[in-house]
Amino acid sequence: MRIVIAEDSVLLRAGLIKLLETSGFEVAAAVGEAEGLLAAVREHRPDAAIVDVRMPPGFTDEGVRAALVMRREAPEVAVLLLSQYVEERYAADLLAAGTSGIGYLLKDRVADVSVFLDALRRVAAGGTALDPEVVSQLLLRRHRDPLDRLTPREREVLALMAEGRSNAGIAGALVVSESAVAKHINNIFAKLDLPHAEGDHRRVLAVLRFLDGET
Amino acid sequence: MASISVARHALAHAPWSRTAWRDTVFVASGVPLQCAGWMIVGVLWTVWTPIDLTPVLVLSVATVALVLLASRPLTSWQRERCWAVLGVEIPPMPDFDGGRPWDALRDLRSPELWRVLQYHLLVGPLVACGGLAVVSAWGAGAVLGSYGAYAWALPESTSPALSDKAQVVQTAGLMACGAVLLVVTPWVAAGVRRLDARAAAALLGPDRASELERRVEDLAGKRADVVDAADIERRRIERDLHDGAQQRLVSLALHLGLARETLDDVPDHAMEVIVEAHEQAKEALTELRTLIRGLHPAVLEDRGLDAALSGIAARVPLPVRLRVEVEPRASSTVEAVAYFVVSEALTNVVKHARAASVDVEVLRRGGVLLLTVGDDGVGGADPARGTGLTGLARRVRSVDGTFRITSPAGGPTTVTVELPCAL
Repeated sequence: MRIVIAEDSVLLRAGLIKLLETSGFEVAAAVGEAEGLLAAVREHRPDAAIVDVRMPPGFTDEGVRAALVMRREAPEVAVLLLSQYVEERYAADLLAAGTSGIGYLLKDRVADVSVFLDALRRVAAGGTALDPEVVSQLLLRRHRDPLDRLTPREREVLALMAEGRSNAGIAGALVVSESAVAKHINNIFAKLDLPHAEGDHRRVLAVLRFLDGET
Repeated sequence: MASISVARHALAHAPWSRTAWRDTVFVASGVPLQCAGWMIVGVLWTVWTPIDLTPVLVLSVATVALVLLASRPLTSWQRERCWAVLGVEIPPMPDFDGGRPWDALRDLRSPELWRVLQYHLLVGPLVACGGLAVVSAWGAGAVLGSYGAYAWALPESTSPALSDKAQVVQTAGLMACGAVLLVVTPWVAAGVRRLDARAAAALLGPDRASELERRVEDLAGKRADVVDAADIERRRIERDLHDGAQQRLVSLALHLGLARETLDDVPDHAMEVIVEAHEQAKEALTELRTLIRGLHPAVLEDRGLDAALSGIAARVPLPVRLRVEVEPRASSTVEAVAYFVVSEALTNVVKHARAASVDVEVLRRGGVLLLTVGDDGVGGADPARGTGLTGLARRVRSVDGTFRITSPAGGPTTVTVELPCAL
């Protein structure tokens, strides 16, 4: 799998390259700012790009803006954003531009190597990976909505769904059976008046649309 | 001891002392300027003495105009005199000085103009009389004091002063009077000088109220600068930590994670150490992240209070109802204070309130940012005890905000803060 990295810290860029190459990924390019990222994506057409949110010149949300440009220019390239802080507002911007092949994680998560690589693979395969912190922020924004009708267990399941986990993943995390998870999810859809959809990512899309207040 | 100080005092005002001559020069130099006011008033009327009503009116208007025109230069000359002779600086009045002479017409309603005229037309002549008296006293003292010498120097036939005993006594008396005058005059000069300097300072400089007003404005400006500087500093530290320690820690945690996942031929006890180091590095990262976010989150600058507050609200382990309506945005320093207030208040709720839920409201009402953080906890929060609340109140005061907390024992607790949207 071919990856492009955009990260302005030289130290972390080297760390990421080592991590990815050790784990069998191919790093096509590693750049230090948003302009370089867009050029590298155009040139190499990677499977996924790992993008730092805060990059030169402004050191605010250059990565998010570059990701939005990439969504338009090269929608087939998955984007995994890394940030020192996850902000619900940036997540909302990203998800508004489409929820397939998108990830938004705290930078700290790279330390949990296998979890991080799982998220990367999921995103590259067209899935979603949202940091639990983002999910809790998104849930907070919608506290007065029909979400109040969900049981605590159903909220947990919804949060894990929003992170991009599969039924099996949710079952593992909550230590329940997969069929129980499926039942919870059906309840959630019913309570939130969501039509049935096929596939993990469309399910997440539907939930996130709802979280984003677009329904 | 007392006699020594009296003697020193007397010497300071001796006729030959510096003080005496400085005072004399000061009051004497004031005389022409102080008489100028009335001379200007009278000049037209001596040149032309009208009897009919219309010319009288015309002349009155002309006189007023002349006085107004003269008030600025006269004032500045008087200030120059105070500075040149006494070294006393009378600060200019911002609303009066700086204008050209003919601006005085426009200033007819300004209190400064009337104070200045009070000096030039009322106090000035009075002081001028004192000045004239001092000059005359010096003259009389000198003449009388030297009367004996004068009489002695003349040929005896033309000088009756020393011709007989009675004349000698009279001459001695006159000389004594001169000496007394010479001793007393410096004191009179000092008195006139003091009166003049005080009147000039009171009437030609800014009055106390406007001086205080100016000072308050000045201090408010300086404080806003200090608050801004502290805010900028906080951002700089945040940037430095983000670019330095945080990246290094992430990299460290990443390498430890890599070691933990990929090394399979290390002994168990060595792996334990790696695992421990990895966990600690991750905890350090979490702590550092919380610390840095408390300083000044980048998203605050970028997207405003709503976005930044939803971030901290989500980290609170309680349900938080958050309502933020700030349109248009407040100044960045005020936003930083508002962010800090909510962040600290939420920290307090988590630590002390034992609450089940929190309500946070940030609303803009005209030029005021209204913050309310209310919880349903146990109450009893006392700003006198908690350092958190004290720091909060201090930060609010730094931008001229108001801080109120109601927290009866048993709850609920409400913190209300009002901030000006612009400094």
